[in-house]
Amino acid sequence: MSDSIVWIVLFPLIGAVACALLGSFSKRICYPVSVLSMVLSVWASIQTLMQAIDSSDHQISYILGGWSLDFFPRGVGIEFRADLLGALITLVVTGVGLIVSMYSKVPVQRQTPGKEPMYYALFLLQIVGLAGITLTGDAFNLYVLIEVAALTGYGLIALGSNRAAAATFTYVILGTIGASLYLLGVGYLYLKTGTLNMVGIHEAIQANELHSSPTMQVAFILVLLGILIKMAFFPFHAWLPKSYCHAPTTTSCLLAPLVTKVMIYVMIRMVLSVFGVEFSFESTWWGEILPWLVVVAIVCAAIMALAQREIKSMLAYLIVAEVGYMVGGVWIYNYFGLIGAIFHVISDACMTLCLFLGAGIILEKCRTTHFDGLRGLFAKMPLTMIGFFIGGFSIIGLPPTCGFFSKWYLITGGMVSERWEYMVTLMFSTMVMVVLFFRLIERIHLAVDESGKNLGKGHGDLGLSKEQTRFDEAPLSMLIPLLLAASIVIIVGIYNQEVVDQIEIFLRDYKLPTGVHYQ
Amino acid sequence: MFEEGSIFNALLVERLNYFIYVVLLLIGLWAMIAKNNLIKKLIGMSIFQTAIILFYVSIGVKEGATIPIYLPEHDPHGTPVLADSNSSETILAMPQALDASLVPNYTNPLPHVLMLTAIVVGVATLGLALSICLRIYRAYGTVEEDELLIKLEEEDSRNSGLPRKRRPRRRNSRPSNQNKQGSSLESNISEKPKRRKSSNSQIPKNPPATSRTKPSSKDTQSGSKKPVRRKRTNQPKEGNS
Repeated sequence: MSDSIVWIVLFPLIGAVACALLGSFSKRICYPVSVLSMVLSVWASIQTLMQAIDSSDHQISYILGGWSLDFFPRGVGIEFRADLLGALITLVVTGVGLIVSMYSKVPVQRQTPGKEPMYYALFLLQIVGLAGITLTGDAFNLYVLIEVAALTGYGLIALGSNRAAAATFTYVILGTIGASLYLLGVGYLYLKTGTLNMVGIHEAIQANELHSSPTMQVAFILVLLGILIKMAFFPFHAWLPKSYCHAPTTTSCLLAPLVTKVMIYVMIRMVLSVFGVEFSFESTWWGEILPWLVVVAIVCAAIMALAQREIKSMLAYLIVAEVGYMVGGVWIYNYFGLIGAIFHVISDACMTLCLFLGAGIILEKCRTTHFDGLRGLFAKMPLTMIGFFIGGFSIIGLPPTCGFFSKWYLITGGMVSERWEYMVTLMFSTMVMVVLFFRLIERIHLAVDESGKNLGKGHGDLGLSKEQTRFDEAPLSMLIPLLLAASIVIIVGIYNQEVVDQIEIFLRDYKLPTGVHYQ
Repeated sequence: MFEEGSIFNALLVERLNYFIYVVLLLIGLWAMIAKNNLIKKLIGMSIFQTAIILFYVSIGVKEGATIPIYLPEHDPHGTPVLADSNSSETILAMPQALDASLVPNYTNPLPHVLMLTAIVVGVATLGLALSICLRIYRAYGTVEEDELLIKLEEEDSRNSGLPRKRRPRRRNSRPSNQNKQGSSLESNISEKPKRRKSSNSQIPKNPPATSRTKPSSKDTQSGSKKPVRRKRTNQPKEGNS
């Protein structure tokens, strides 16, 4: 199917309308409709990725509304464009959407009773927004899709408790500032280049030698600032932890792996494809400052994650730290750093999904995600805990998982461009992750109480009653997505070379420094 | 004061539109950050977005220009025209490039059209934010940020001291989606002993919990009762599977 690139967005859109309309007749129909539309969307994005790999210039372009390039100059009409990077991230977005929609049956029924049709409609519209962001080739269309994703995200979070609604207010204010600054930046870009098409903007910058134009620098700073606010980079992260922590389970499972990563994709797209490598990295001063901001961001976020006593808020601060990794990988300005950043977008989406699915099951079964409620949980839910810890090991960066390989490339990048402070920070943050997850493992396996004393006598005796260690696993509709996500973490880790090959093909067009020893 | 080359001339005459939009932008930003009242923050947000709309509209304006109209002969798919005046047969006439001398007389419609979309987005954001404000007011009884923060901190510290369980279902008077705010003090993992103990320790805890959601309790309670009951029958089934 040659139009599969459009169907990626259309299937969830049709599904959302169907959920909203049919939901008033039967609430049960929403769950199958959302799973079905996500399956079709994943199928379309696999088709698109295959086409992008097979095609000669490794990209597919589709201009909506029949404004063909034969009669009109580029920039008339909105273009959907999938190169290898865009197609890979789109597959991640729709794949995560599929897994979360499978998972959503029990938590949505329990946490938002009576509102299932609207919940699923917002859920699918969120996928529309995120997949649209990764596919669009038009700078203003990108703004609209960012707002589509943001507005549905506010709704999905605010459907939770009253506390979640209060947290959403901060998110609305900061999210609007971020998106508006991006819009302002696009205005300056349009003022200078006369087009909104990303390729057109890039060509205009190249052709008219706009590298030193102050207007372009203002545009770049505004766009970058807007994106950094939207991706919860450290000083602007205030909206993220509370809203993800109090959101309904399904919402945090969907938003946490995707929203920040998609915004990092937007940053990579802006830096490489729109403004160009020379403009972004060489003609300005911020390339020197951002790596140091990244250092501060990672250290602060890791320390704040250490201070949390609750799984979901700990994971939320982990996301802020991971955003720091990826921004750093881009701004150390290096071939390996960018491979690492792009691969980390993919692997971080998988492992964050894994962790949040696990935390959702713990919340569903134990009614708490506080550390003290976890004693001896491994005896009760072994499969869930295995899935959860595969995600945790990937965050730490243990070898068979995908987190190891992406961190490997990030550290290699730091070494090649001699950014020692970035490398040291990555190592420090890895140590913090080890502490975080092994502290959890201690509680979950050994039944350690509040004062750190082990309650059991060892040899399988946890000091808990039979009732507390009885095998009581999560419902299958939640367990299967978790194990699926955990196996994806390992599979992406084992087949990392295949993914990295595609990223290398994408990066070959951009002249990035590779260090001395690389051919 | 406004002679050629002076700073006032450069700022207030030549670039008046940019000057106004930056001032509005900063007023909006200041209101969003510094104002204490949530509604005033939203008014600031509206001013902020309007400033950007003003910027876009002003860059699309050209003095003495006219509306650009899309003529039928510019249709990329061709326009059907009569082949010659005697027969009724039509052929497709392919579009020709615009006459370059006409172009300066047109305004650029694109920035204005873009702002239609941005206005719609702004309205949607404002509506959603106001409804969230309403919900905050119903739940916490205030839209002043400092009072709200005190209440939120109280709520957070109540919830983070000890792990809490959802209260036993037969006593559940709160909406069931508030998984964090159960009020049992027990931290056991198993279901049965906890339920017995916590139901005893429940009773003195009830008044603060219910008073917290007083404004909205009537709607949400009646709405949540049904699904909670359904959930109860589901629970053993899932445990066995």
